[in-house]
This record gives sequence, structure tokens and C-alpha cells, in this order.
Amino acid sequence: MSLIPDNLFGIHTRALDLWQNRTEVLANNLANADTPGFQARDIDFRKVLAAASDSAGTAGNVALQAPTPGQIGAGSTTAAATQLSWRNPMQPSMDGNTVDEQVEQAAFAANGVHYQASLSFITAQIRMLRTAITDGQG
Amino acid sequence: MSLFSIFNVAGSGMAAQSTRLNTVASNLANADSVASTPEAAYRSREPLFAAVQKQFGSQAVDNGQGVQVLGVTESQAAIPSRYEPGNPLANADGYVFSSNVNPVDELVNMISASRSYQNNVEVMNSTRQLMQKTLDLGK
Repeated sequence: MSLIPDNLFGIHTRALDLWQNRTEVLANNLANADTPGFQARDIDFRKVLAAASDSAGTAGNVALQAPTPGQIGAGSTTAAATQLSWRNPMQPSMDGNTVDEQVEQAAFAANGVHYQASLSFITAQIRMLRTAITDGQG
Repeated sequence: MSLFSIFNVAGSGMAAQSTRLNTVASNLANADSVASTPEAAYRSREPLFAAVQKQFGSQAVDNGQGVQVLGVTESQAAIPSRYEPGNPLANADGYVFSSNVNPVDELVNMISASRSYQNNVEVMNSTRQLMQKTLDLGK
């Protein structure tokens, strides 16, 4: 993501990053659907995206650097990791597992569509740029 | 920190569920096994799942690393005994000891395991499609 200048594709690259993170979290929930005591997690997309675009997106803000290993940076990924929240189970089970397979599946499907939406926005942006570069001939 | 790690997560889920299917198969196959002592009788087996925790101090984002099988436990339910003096495995009193497998439990386990396995396959398929779409970006 960092190779692409952020102002070229706007917020969509960040959104893509977050959808991808969320896919990972949901996949982990589904993999642990039968693990006793496992608590399902999710990302509050709106909150994390707002935080991500606040911390690094606006001009004039200097992001924290983490030059030595072990130091905690203030990148958008750290923000996403710390803002994982626990899912409220609809039907808590006796073994303490809070994964609701149907809910997770629905969230996973919706998440995939959102991811593709972000991709289409970026694709449209690329087409627009290509039209500009090739003077409408390409 | 990429869609690739989802393959590991879903793969770990599939591996765990197939371990579970394996124990179910073993339990059902041995449902009617008998032995001459309660200690030698077959006990119903079940895997123990646990979420994989991230390594301490690692820089990776903790979105979860999948599931692991900690081990296989044996059921502590009572071993039933039957009076079968004609059985070659019968002890001096004429008793044989059968397994404590409950076939109904095993069938339920089997359905649950195969559904969870399918869930993980779907996750993998969807992720693969998303990656394919990402590769086609800008076309």
C-alpha cells in the first residue's frame, strides 16, 4: 500500500487495508468456531477508518516512528490491532465460545463485497487516470 | 498481514476439523470392540482445540493465527461390561468389557465437524477470489 501515493486513490487504499484485516479476523473466528472458551472478535470499521485517516492521513501530522525492533509505532495497522472489539454473542454456549457461525459467515460475505467495492473504486480511479494520460485514446 | 495468512488460518481450521473427523471415524469403528479387562477396553476419543496465540513480542498484527489441536483426550465414562462366557476374550468370570463410545454423540460430532470444515473451505474460496480480483486491479 505504501508504494502508492495516498492522495492518488484517496481513502480507498486505507479502506482496502482495513477490509483485508477484517477478513483475517473473521476467518480466524470461523476457524475457531469449535474452540472452547474462544471469544469472537471484530473490527469496528467506521471507528478504525476514522482513526487511521486522522493519525496519518492529514497533512501536518507527523507519525510516530519506530526505528528499533520492539518499539511500538503509530501506524494504521497498530490502530487496527488495538481496536479489535469482542462480539456480543446472540446465543452464548456452555463452553464459553462466542462464535455464531451464521453471523460470522454473513459478516464474511458482506466484508468480501465491501472489499470488492473498494477495489472497483480504485479501478475506476485508474481508468480515469489512464484516460487522462492517453488523451482519451486508450 | 495479508490475505495470504488467511490461507494458514482456514487451513489450520480444516486440519483441526479433519482430526476431529478422524477421531469420530476411529470411535465409530471401535464402537463394538471388546476387551477382557476394563483397562484394555476402547475409550471414546475427542480432540482438544485451542486458539493459536501470537508470539510474545512479535511485530505481527494480532488478528488471530488460527486454531490448533492441543491433544486427544479419552472419555472417562464408565466402561460397560457384558456377561458373555462364550466369547474368547471373556475373563475368568465370563465377562467382556466393551467400549464407552456413544454412537449418537459421534454422529452429532461428525455433522458438526463436516459443517465447520465446509465453512473453512468457503473462507478459503472467497479469499482466493478476492486475491484474484486484487491481481486484476486496473484492468
